[in-house]
Amino acid sequence: MAFGLLKYGLSRRRPVKRFLGSRPELRPSYDVAIIGGGGHGLAAAYYLAARHGIRNVAVFDKSWLGGGNTGRNTAIIRSNYLTPEGVSFYEESMRLYRGLSEELDYNILYSERGHFTLAHSDAAMRTSRWRAEVNKHLGVDSEVVGRDELARLVPLLNMSEDVRHPILGALYHPPGALARHDAVAWGYAGRAQELGVEIHQETEVTGIKIENGRVAGLETTRGPVACGKAMQAVAGLSGQVARLAGFTLPIRTVPLQACVSLPLKPFLDPIIVSGSLHVYISQSDRGELVMGGATDPYPRYQTSSTLDFMEGLMAHILELFPFMGDVPVLRQWAGMTDMTPDFAPVMGLTPVENYYIDSGWGTWGFKATPVCGATMAEMVATGRVPELIETFRLDRFRDFSLLGEKGAASVGH
Amino acid sequence: MKIMPCPLNGPRNIQEFVCAGPVEPHPDPNRCSDEEWSAYVWLEENVAGLVREWWCHVATSYWFIAERNTVTDEILATYPAGQVFSERVDFEPLPESAPPPEAAPLPEAPPEAPPAPQPEATEAAPDAPEAPADDAPADDTGTGEPKDPAA
Repeated sequence: MAFGLLKYGLSRRRPVKRFLGSRPELRPSYDVAIIGGGGHGLAAAYYLAARHGIRNVAVFDKSWLGGGNTGRNTAIIRSNYLTPEGVSFYEESMRLYRGLSEELDYNILYSERGHFTLAHSDAAMRTSRWRAEVNKHLGVDSEVVGRDELARLVPLLNMSEDVRHPILGALYHPPGALARHDAVAWGYAGRAQELGVEIHQETEVTGIKIENGRVAGLETTRGPVACGKAMQAVAGLSGQVARLAGFTLPIRTVPLQACVSLPLKPFLDPIIVSGSLHVYISQSDRGELVMGGATDPYPRYQTSSTLDFMEGLMAHILELFPFMGDVPVLRQWAGMTDMTPDFAPVMGLTPVENYYIDSGWGTWGFKATPVCGATMAEMVATGRVPELIETFRLDRFRDFSLLGEKGAASVGH
Repeated sequence: MKIMPCPLNGPRNIQEFVCAGPVEPHPDPNRCSDEEWSAYVWLEENVAGLVREWWCHVATSYWFIAERNTVTDEILATYPAGQVFSERVDFEPLPESAPPPEAAPLPEAPPEAPPAPQPEATEAAPDAPEAPADDAPADDTGTGEPKDPAA
């Protein structure tokens, strides 16, 4: 065994190729230009090349791959939503996620942990039952569990009734999972590049050229390029980029913060979420507790952390896990999220012909990465809006057919 | 702790406040197109930089205007709404004879917009929104509430 390993390490066969290689020069023209090199943009590039044979594709990012919200989320994947549209959409995403390590030949460390949404009130129990029934109807594994069952499944959870918000039960979603978020971006990037997609990091798009109502090209910090079609997937800056294309979105940019603790021995297998307490917590493969809460109270274009957030979050975390009082926080960060009025994304066609948008991913975008990539790629390739994302159209704000996806983020806003 | 200088209550923890979005000109609901109305209701300029917004101190239900920078998270000025909305705008439901009025104008920030906080505002309550204008008492649109952008 040891010799085998040594031999492998010294052999030339060892895979030593650089993951992305050097940055290519800009070509004068591309079939499809994708603005934003996060998970969604890279996934769309990969599916365009892999499923639709469109390989003259460029992905532009103003900084580095997956350096935005792809690398800042808390990596929770689930499909126990409230509206049938939401459930079908995220269920398809989970189906793609399950096969993703194999498809990309890159381990994204997908691990099914089980996901509990705690209920602290009769109203929350009622919503849990509602969600469970919608989920089961659509074939999603989801059920309501009571106090006893919950105490058995999550032994270290504080089930005391002598707290401000005693736990009455939970919505249990056994397939709820975690994955390594950077790996998702890298995996898509690596495979897309092998298929001929160009990835241009540190190339900011500064203008969008529109001729006769259709997109003709992009201005970038490295010069102009022409393109047949373009797509934007730039969470946090969606409004700014859409303005370059000449239209306005129903989106506010609000920071969402998160933090991790010092690594601890494994004690928390499932993902625990409480909407009433505004917290979610899970334990990473490295043993760090990954914790997050509600979005910041007012819009900002900033990724700085605040003490207010930490105070509020910890007060609630300690109610669920009192023994964590002595555990130090290791890192704290924030991402800029696109918040829509109905907690549903904005995807699909735009007022500009051949210019497609993937935005409004608020606090729930990571779990949708594969299905967003797949549906956006299908739309860009065929020009038709796939049925799965029809309801997420931008026009719904013109005719007041909003979605009201209150299950969108487990944590209320 | 982030401090919001409230024109009524002085410097307070920003957690006591609610941000209600940018101060925007209110289209006349009787005369604007559906498009203009839905744009007013839903679309966001989402400015990266200086914004002028409605804020409310929840504990005292006091609405005021704050100017802040969304990129640097600095609060530049706060003042009572009466300094911007100095006269009441009534939307009259008589579209026949009257020429269509402009959408409620949004005056520029008062040049003497005081730096925050503004202690004298505690005594001198904003005059305009409270005083019920003696011209036509329109049915219900201009309520005179400072929080109503039409006021």
